[in-house]
Amino acid sequence: MVADNLQQQEECGTSLWQDAWVKLSKNYLALFGLGILCLLTVVSLLTPWIAPYGYEEQNLLLGATGPSLDHWLGTDIFGRDMLTRIMYGGRVSLTVGFIATAVALLIGVLWGAIAGFVGGRTDAVMMRIVDIMYALPFMIFIVLLMVVFGRNILLLFLAIGAVEWLTMARIVRSQVMALRKQEFVEAAHSLGLSEWTIIRRHIIPNTLGPVIVYTTLTIPSVMLLEAFLSFLGLGIQPPQSSWGLLINYGVETMEEYPWLLIFPGIALSLTLFALNFLGDGLRDALDPRTAKD
Amino acid sequence: MLRFALNRLLQAIPVLLIVISATFLLVHSAPGGPFSADKAVPPEVIKALEAQYNLDQPLWQQYVSYLGDVLRGDFGPSFKYSGRTVNELIAAGLPATAELALYAMLVALVIGISAGVVAAMRPNSMQDYLPMSAAMLGICMPSFLLGPLLVLVFGIHLEWLPVSGWGDIPGDKIMPSITLGTGYAAYIARLSRGGMLEVLSQDYIRTARAKGLSERSIIFKHALRGGLIPVVAFLGPAFAGLLGGSFVVETIFQIPGLGRFYVQAAFNRDYTMILGMTIFFATLIIFFNLLSDMLAIWLNPKLRQQAGGNN
Amino acid sequence: MALLEVNGLTIYFHTRNGLVKAVDDVSFAVDAGETLAIVGESGSGKSVTCYSLLDLLPKPPAVIEAGTALFDGEDLLTCHPARMREIRGSDIAVIFQDPMTSLNPFISIGEQLIEPLIYHQNKTQRKDRKTARKMAIDLLDEVGIINPEARFDCYPHEFSGGMRQRVMIAMALINQPGLLICDEPTTALDVTIQAQILELIKKLQKTRDVAVIFISHDLGVVAGIADKVMVMCDGTVREAGDTAQIFYHSENDYTKKLLAAIPEGAKVQPNRAEKHKPLVEVSHLKTYFSDSSKASDGKQFIKAVDDVSLNIQRGEILGLVGESGSGKSTLGRSILQLAPTTSGTVIFDGTVLGDLSPKQLVPWRRRMQMIFQDPYASLNPRMTVYETLSEPLLYHGLANSNTIDQQVRQLMDDVGLAHSQMRKYPHEFSGGQRQRIAIGRAIATRPELIIADEPVSALDVTIQAQILDLILALVERHNLTMLFISHDLSVVRYISDRVMVMNKGVIVESAETETLWANPQQEYTRQLLKAIPLADPKQERMRIGNI
Repeated sequence: MVADNLQQQEECGTSLWQDAWVKLSKNYLALFGLGILCLLTVVSLLTPWIAPYGYEEQNLLLGATGPSLDHWLGTDIFGRDMLTRIMYGGRVSLTVGFIATAVALLIGVLWGAIAGFVGGRTDAVMMRIVDIMYALPFMIFIVLLMVVFGRNILLLFLAIGAVEWLTMARIVRSQVMALRKQEFVEAAHSLGLSEWTIIRRHIIPNTLGPVIVYTTLTIPSVMLLEAFLSFLGLGIQPPQSSWGLLINYGVETMEEYPWLLIFPGIALSLTLFALNFLGDGLRDALDPRTAKD
Repeated sequence: MLRFALNRLLQAIPVLLIVISATFLLVHSAPGGPFSADKAVPPEVIKALEAQYNLDQPLWQQYVSYLGDVLRGDFGPSFKYSGRTVNELIAAGLPATAELALYAMLVALVIGISAGVVAAMRPNSMQDYLPMSAAMLGICMPSFLLGPLLVLVFGIHLEWLPVSGWGDIPGDKIMPSITLGTGYAAYIARLSRGGMLEVLSQDYIRTARAKGLSERSIIFKHALRGGLIPVVAFLGPAFAGLLGGSFVVETIFQIPGLGRFYVQAAFNRDYTMILGMTIFFATLIIFFNLLSDMLAIWLNPKLRQQAGGNN
Repeated sequence: MALLEVNGLTIYFHTRNGLVKAVDDVSFAVDAGETLAIVGESGSGKSVTCYSLLDLLPKPPAVIEAGTALFDGEDLLTCHPARMREIRGSDIAVIFQDPMTSLNPFISIGEQLIEPLIYHQNKTQRKDRKTARKMAIDLLDEVGIINPEARFDCYPHEFSGGMRQRVMIAMALINQPGLLICDEPTTALDVTIQAQILELIKKLQKTRDVAVIFISHDLGVVAGIADKVMVMCDGTVREAGDTAQIFYHSENDYTKKLLAAIPEGAKVQPNRAEKHKPLVEVSHLKTYFSDSSKASDGKQFIKAVDDVSLNIQRGEILGLVGESGSGKSTLGRSILQLAPTTSGTVIFDGTVLGDLSPKQLVPWRRRMQMIFQDPYASLNPRMTVYETLSEPLLYHGLANSNTIDQQVRQLMDDVGLAHSQMRKYPHEFSGGQRQRIAIGRAIATRPELIIADEPVSALDVTIQAQILDLILALVERHNLTMLFISHDLSVVRYISDRVMVMNKGVIVESAETETLWANPQQEYTRQLLKAIPLADPKQERMRIGNI
């Protein structure tokens, strides 16, 4: 037996992550979503260099025109190139999306992990707070915040993040609680491993899956919220612009110049579409039930 | 069941108090008073107005007197619309918003649940992909995009439906309700599909099939009860969302409802309006959450017995 | 003519790894009134075979490639869905394995019972509600539900597992089917309840003249009730014949292997227990959990471990036997300080464990380890075998970066795993192999005490035998002391020197294994021993009694 062992090559195993990637790569919609996300991120980063026109560049003589060779997506009533404006708007929307999601992620994961791991009274109190906040009319509070403290982009990040962290906290908590009951965590306890080692080696790697999925699904949710606020005039303020604001302008003139509404609308919808498909695909790929056998 | 309801109502009181206090503090910490927007008003007049509205008193005094008023159901006078009280304005705007929310909820539930159940009956087929793609579209097209687009197509180009008002012209309730309800219909479609699929893979559905029951009976009698649980759980947040969504829809379609009043009050710094409406909304949402929680418990025999006490 | 005649049944499944043949050219027949047992381990295709008869297989993954199944002359595999619905529940009925999930939790059991009567596909046979209700109540009485009139409107969660299975049986028989398919109906039940249900099925079969197909992985269970037995493995029929032939005169290698794997008789290895100072002394241990499920006014406690005192001698294997809910798992965890004890002491090698802080406990933990029941859940799915085995060694400083490789390989040899599998993940192994990994992890720190909590309960019987032998070998080689927890009495008898019987948190009886078997003192022990199914048809028939 030992001699056999010496001769055999070590076979490589496929981890659950590799398994998930294989599954994900078969899901064309999810890959499409991933592609769009990458494209968008790259374009947004490079916008100041690759945008065809300046952001504020007006051409009052031209006025609002439909799509043409010079202006692929047309111009608005001040003659500003729509493609450029949509690119800059995307930059802002995406930034808000990522940062607010990061805020939600940070608060949510910490909250949920502590509640789930400590358990007992602490958990009961922490989750009661989450339940109460879930029931509150947050939209209303955000509107209030925006009105009261002025339209501060930093505040916008915090406010939106403060709404979205609740779901993340719930998910992380339920995952951590389920893991704590798992036998391999008990085994780790019985081996005498310290709490921190258990968290680091056993709990966190097994929590990453749902966290990744819901982070991906939070980004479109956040972007939607920002667009909503901007549309109402309570979010991003001019001279900056976001897709929500562009849509607002577009609605005002939609009878005469429908493309001013349609193009930013498509940009927003397409992005949300892509991110949701990616999130769905990730959820299917990382589902432990189907990974088992 | 009654004990449960009372229990939850009692728990709701501190929550309301927090809401009232937080809103009060928030509103009063805003830079500039309610009248600072009107530049044409001379300072002596501002002082007089402030005295009239008690704004010159220390904050805690204002808080206590306000609290007292609220408990008596009086939200005070509006700052912006002189001569009218907040109560009046809420009463004026409530019918439209309530109807809008109701219709939107109906649209959401009927379309959403049907689409979800139909999709779950034949997963991964066209019967599944079509409704679910439409649902994804519904989620990704926010109301402030869908509304204007509908107005553009059906109101302006085709001229089939009226583009504004509520109850003035027949048919003017259609587009707003659809606009507001579509996003939720989409979400509910996904939830009910997920719930139904989960239930249909359960052992007890296999038992029902083995007993020779028809597919209809299996879906409607055996599967639906469990499959709709995620939808019932969503009703509370959905209601809160509908109220928030009404802001946009009422603005787009010029509907004289609470949502539009609220946005205007926010812009106008109409303190009492904001306070009153926030409290009103919060109360509604808490109450609705309670109803949907009770519904969820009632639907589950095990929880129903636990809540109702011993048989 | 046989009631059911299956010929050349072949079924494929579309899986991620391509087409898998689940059932390969299976043929058998069942006559009216007789019982056919289909026996096989997991993956043998026994359930798939029977579900295909009633079109209960999900059709996209499953493909019925070939074969006929003639029921009373009609081919079930090619009949119209509407006709199939008529047959289901009326001509052929099914009882499923898990009574906890097989009843709809939202509908009262009464309503579920009368459904086949009211919604009968054959309109002429439909009963009205009143008649149906009466028939259902009578049948509930017949299957042994006490006070059926009152219980009619109760919901499934108000019944115990055994009671729910009785309801399922009633539901299956209510339309007087000619054939009853039982898919492992007693596997999820405690052994005493299992015995009752087997008796019930046998009795009902005789009184109602029903043909029965009884699927099981346990030859002992079918020995008493089967007329004919069919042994399946990997989708094929290995042997088929009448019961006496299969059990007493089998020529087939697989059947013989199955029969040999059933733990039977006394432990062969000598008792290595040292008579002087015990390794573990448990005194008046109580582990209570607060009961949050019921609307409790006072303090409701679940007394999982209720004043237990025991000793484990060095070198012995102490068996702890009990049914579900007896508290045996909690007792094991309490000894290991993995469950919070309410009062009492646990002394390990002279030290009171409860006095130590978690940090002080660490060196003691090295000396006592646990093997868990579920071989998948007890391994971190994101760690390779190498990482799982090296973790305890590195953490406790028993190996450094130079020696770790060689030590891990040594461990894998110890438990019978090939070195080449070192970098693989748990989901790439079979259940038996995963359990070997778990055992390897348990012995890595060279513990003195191992508590094995149902280590073979989730394994097939042939694998079970291998793992039991592995455990015995390791106990001897490494001079281990073991507390072996199980609900399976035969397994406990095979491996333990001494046995303790536990019921509802209390130790009922304790004795040397063979003494307990020969001369049980307590009534509960007697009941337990009486209920064990033996793979011996003659004895089983006597046990179940002449009906």
